[in-house]
Amino acid sequence: MAGQEFDLVVVGTGPGGYVAAIRGAQLGMSVAVIERENLGGICLNWGCIPTKALLRSAEVYHLAKTSKEFGFKIKDIEIDINAIVKRSRRVAKQLNSGVGLLLKKNKVDVLNGHGRLLGEGRIGVEVDGTQVMEVSAKYIILAAGARARDLPTMEADGKQIWNYRHALVADVIPKRLLVVGSGAIGIEFASFFNTLGSEVTVVELLDRVLPVEDEEISAMAHKAFEKQGMRILTDVQVKAFKKTKDSVTAAIKTADGKAESIVVDRVIMAVGIIGNVEDLGLENTKVKVDRSHVEVDQWQATGEPGVFAIGDLAGPPWLAHKASHEGVICVEKIAEVTDIHPLEPMNIPGCTYCLPQVASVGLTEAAAKVAGHEVRVGRFPFIGNGKAIALGDPEGMIKTVFDKTTGELLGAHMIGPEVTELIQGYAVARTLETTEAELLHTVFPHPTLSEAMHESILDAMDRVIHF
Amino acid sequence: MPIIITMPALSPTMTEGTLAKWILKEGDMVQSGDMLAEIETDKATMEVEAIDEGVLAKILVSEGTEGIAVNAPIAVLLEDGEDASDIQEAVDAASGELAPAAAVKAPADANLAPAPRSPATPEVTSTPPADGGSRILASPLAKRMAAQAGLDLALITGSGPRGRIIKSDIEAVIAAGGTQASAEIPVPEVAVHAPVPTTVPAAPGDQFELEKLSSMRKVIARRMMESKQQAPHFYLTVDCELDALLALRKELNDKADGAYKLSVNDLAIKAAAIALMKVPDANVGYSEDGIRRYKNADISVAVASEKGLITPIIRNANGKGLAAISIEMKELAQKANDGKLMPEEYQGGSFSISNLGMFGVKQFDAVINMPQGCILAVGAGEQRPVVKDGALAIATVMSVTISVDHRAVDGAVGAQFLAAFKSLIQDPMTMLL
Repeated sequence: MAGQEFDLVVVGTGPGGYVAAIRGAQLGMSVAVIERENLGGICLNWGCIPTKALLRSAEVYHLAKTSKEFGFKIKDIEIDINAIVKRSRRVAKQLNSGVGLLLKKNKVDVLNGHGRLLGEGRIGVEVDGTQVMEVSAKYIILAAGARARDLPTMEADGKQIWNYRHALVADVIPKRLLVVGSGAIGIEFASFFNTLGSEVTVVELLDRVLPVEDEEISAMAHKAFEKQGMRILTDVQVKAFKKTKDSVTAAIKTADGKAESIVVDRVIMAVGIIGNVEDLGLENTKVKVDRSHVEVDQWQATGEPGVFAIGDLAGPPWLAHKASHEGVICVEKIAEVTDIHPLEPMNIPGCTYCLPQVASVGLTEAAAKVAGHEVRVGRFPFIGNGKAIALGDPEGMIKTVFDKTTGELLGAHMIGPEVTELIQGYAVARTLETTEAELLHTVFPHPTLSEAMHESILDAMDRVIHF
Repeated sequence: MPIIITMPALSPTMTEGTLAKWILKEGDMVQSGDMLAEIETDKATMEVEAIDEGVLAKILVSEGTEGIAVNAPIAVLLEDGEDASDIQEAVDAASGELAPAAAVKAPADANLAPAPRSPATPEVTSTPPADGGSRILASPLAKRMAAQAGLDLALITGSGPRGRIIKSDIEAVIAAGGTQASAEIPVPEVAVHAPVPTTVPAAPGDQFELEKLSSMRKVIARRMMESKQQAPHFYLTVDCELDALLALRKELNDKADGAYKLSVNDLAIKAAAIALMKVPDANVGYSEDGIRRYKNADISVAVASEKGLITPIIRNANGKGLAAISIEMKELAQKANDGKLMPEEYQGGSFSISNLGMFGVKQFDAVINMPQGCILAVGAGEQRPVVKDGALAIATVMSVTISVDHRAVDGAVGAQFLAAFKSLIQDPMTMLL
């Protein structure tokens, strides 16, 4: 059937898609979104938000367990995993409804079903494999997201072998848990279950945990996790799983070639994600796909005129805020808004909400040196910060990397209390291209954790006060 | 397909210009031959004529935008049957074509002093500094990098929000070879108390009003500074008796019947041109690559136009008659005053003359117009006591001073030129030979 025509149709309503749709509506376009599952996509329903709810529960438990230090005697703290998961789902639901309201308020049409490009600006909407509607659009934004990567012969079965989605609705706290992969997703689940009492083993193919972070931060995180009782194996390959009724045995090979086996109750696979490039009807267009990601230019345009791709579908970093930002840039470019600027990857902060938290923006020290910078590095440990000591959470540090000649803040790397909330200060600094001079001039309020940000910069200039 | 109007090259050597004024506005019908806009190059203002017909659908570069690269899109014309949705595609296509051209942009014209140049406007959608005032928007990092590289922020086009100059703009200028005098500018260590160099001028207040630097003023400032910084000047002065020349001038003007009216300056131009042919070692210029030996006497004549100093050129003055020189000089001076000189009419030249005699200036030292090697400063002709045959007498005397770039011309050569010049002025009939 010939369908309605829109200025803009967005396929997918994750943090990329729904933000792009709202921005389009703000700019006067008629907009529809196509969603096959839940408004808000993975981020709201199966990613960022519900994991933060779980980790908050873990944090509360951790505080309760250490409450004696703060002057309380709490006996018999009982963990109710079902209640923890229920709260997490409730939080996700609340935000999911919120996205529905926002779309409605902005007069964005929501078409439920699976979107498929039919070529020439036409899109089919399918329910259960049957096309129920066809719409056309002057511009199409693909924001179909990504999913967990499955390794052949090690597919998540949802019972003994989980991916993030299964882990989010865990029915038990596994006594013994193996987490494969130590990126943000793997480490957050490892941290959650470890705090709640699981015996957690993390295996990482590369030579360190959180491999995208600065090496010093990785090393500090490694130490902190081990102190909490986690077992961490790096430079390790998982060769196979053997499932029995009660357990899973993982055959691994260590860096020096030794074979070893680990017996656990559950496994969480967190070995990366792949873009949902199949089943979008890309074969009906000139959209180009590189491995599992749609190729785009700096304005998110694909090889097909009028078709754009944003977020996880368009490649790493797989971050919600990157998707949202790309969505806005893309829509503004379509609407010919003046003064638009492409997204600068080095200005996108990344956060991991494990205990302790990790956050960073810009170049690591090693990457800065590889890029040819002569660097000045500042470090400040939270043990020198009054607020961190008062919080009873003085573990971690803030590291800053400056170009010695120009004073450019090349990167900032943090581990410790609430650093995911602090990193934004450095992100602003990078976007405004401040040098150390303006940062040193900035007044940081006392007593806050943010003072450690200032001290780190002072340290880079050999002027640290409190350490 | 919509028609993209691009920044025209108003001369063979023009690489960028300022969009001074839009004569038509968006939505206006355009006929072939209509005047679209006024473009200001470093020294002239020219009108841009439409070649095609259609509707001026979109102006991409607003009035007052500086440093627009030649061939950068400035506006879009739509023909019958096209609508706004066609614009973006055309602009994208045009900017795609532009990119490689910008990447292989030739170095600045040899006649222009080596100055930092902004690369092609990176994005046609980027806007000029919004306030239009004199404040230069630049990030702290960009300011520091520009200071370290010896770049003038005023000459750089910003690609950041609101036209802010950002790190990548400075890197692009440096990559394009725009470093300047970096050897002389010490690169400061990152020191906490080191003031961040800034080109943001003092705030206007009661004491002065801040007038924005025009393109012309910027060029004058830059070139004069470079000349004084780079060319070791020395000066030689002689007095020339003018009585014979004034008599000849009167005689010739009386015969002109209105066809021409020779000025002392016209005669000085001719005398200088002949003197240069007699002393060709003075008709040279210094460059890093070698001494330029000019084949003709192309005399740049300093003209004080309303907008500032400019030096239109009497080319091949040695081969032109006095009347031709005089008529051409009048035309050039008029064009200079109207800001209509074509770049090739003021770029180049082998030797300069600056005459302040009409203001009663007795003698002065001029700043060399690099890369030329010499400039002759001509003072007023006035009656002075002179000694002739052992007795005091009265003569009309004019002092002239030559400023010489010692890198290219030595003292004796400068003196030989002055002697030749003086001889021609004092015995002007020899000029007519």
